[in-house]
Amino acid sequence: MDTDKNAPEQIKSRVEVGVPGVRLEVVVNGSPCAQHSLVVDREHALLAAKFLKEDPAYRMDYVSNVTGVDWPETTIKEIVKTKEVVDGVEREIERTTEKKKSGFLEAVYHLYSMELKHGPVILRIRTENRAEGNHLPSLTPVWRGAEFQEREIFDLYGIVFDGHPDLRRILMWEEFKDYPMRKDYVEPDDYEYEPTPHDDVLEKAKKHAEKVLTTDGH
Amino acid sequence: MDEGLRSELSKQGIFTTTLEDLYNWGRKNSIWPLGFGLACCAIEMIATSMARYDLARFGAEVFRPSPRQADLMIVAGTVTKKMAPQVVRLYNQMPEPKYVIAMGACAISGGPFKQGYNVLKGIDRYIPVDIHIPGCPPRPEALLHALMTLQQKIDEQVLTGERRPRHLNADVPGEFPVPEYGEHDLVPTNNPDVWQPPALVRED
Repeated sequence: MDTDKNAPEQIKSRVEVGVPGVRLEVVVNGSPCAQHSLVVDREHALLAAKFLKEDPAYRMDYVSNVTGVDWPETTIKEIVKTKEVVDGVEREIERTTEKKKSGFLEAVYHLYSMELKHGPVILRIRTENRAEGNHLPSLTPVWRGAEFQEREIFDLYGIVFDGHPDLRRILMWEEFKDYPMRKDYVEPDDYEYEPTPHDDVLEKAKKHAEKVLTTDGH
Repeated sequence: MDEGLRSELSKQGIFTTTLEDLYNWGRKNSIWPLGFGLACCAIEMIATSMARYDLARFGAEVFRPSPRQADLMIVAGTVTKKMAPQVVRLYNQMPEPKYVIAMGACAISGGPFKQGYNVLKGIDRYIPVDIHIPGCPPRPEALLHALMTLQQKIDEQVLTGERRPRHLNADVPGEFPVPEYGEHDLVPTNNPDVWQPPALVRED
């Protein structure tokens, strides 16, 4: 297996030929492992997955891992230095611009080929947003092994996989309403006395003490 | 019976005892545990029951597959919030007199998962625990020590009067409410009759 074939650009161009209309984007991983990935659009994700599985050059027949990522809404501060003439003197002025980046949820698929013994190819699918638009196409019809892991992502991140044969919570109970792996998850206040609280636990202890004082002080 | 008279009689070859002693002696030497494990502590529990540590020396080797036949529940391992109602239900199904050993850091307090959203911070929040064993996991010797402590506890139980145990007191309920799955946590988060959150007393 030549290394070029596994380069994300190669996969991208190959999939673009096989699945017309697909929108792919390469996400470069700058760390030493250099495990680059491909973002595939929601509408064509199922077709792209089928193509990668059936294409004789790739034969991605094994999904080793499916995981979720929560990208909350963030504000990006950019400092732009400009030279302006103020009172006849040229000065450097710093302007900060704040850009709001909307949040989304992401499912990441790590694909390998047992037949051709190569991989991984990493697919990412992103939801529209973190509220109502939390739907993604399920890849379980392509890889049966993704079933439980997609259920786990549904359970902990709240991504709804359309086309999943049995989408239920898998770790938490059915009545549970929260998504514990999301960044904005608030856990139930069941803090207990600790002799030497520190760091996060100290924060928790203070909040708990305030809550007890404001309610009943049991 | 007077201790001096008893020893005098035993010298003459007459063995005397009380019903209480006989009853407790029989019970403490045939504690049948319920055969279930929740996590890695169960491996130590299994090791304890095998030939090297030999739980059979204490008459407790008969791990029962049914709670109806068990006297002792060894909560061996992490109790997740999803599992907690089932553990309480199993405890309710055991016939009196019944005892509980909470084995390992997780079963007594939540252990390394104490800060987690999904782990119960000690099974003593829902059912009365007789013996707590710390350790992660406790060694088989620790479990044997817990069993011996439980035997001592059973031996010291009085069958009549104010201090009689729960199973001989008809006024005390023997069943404990099973928690329900709530939207964010178990409901209720603890059984107030069994466990209260520790209150910090500051001397200002």
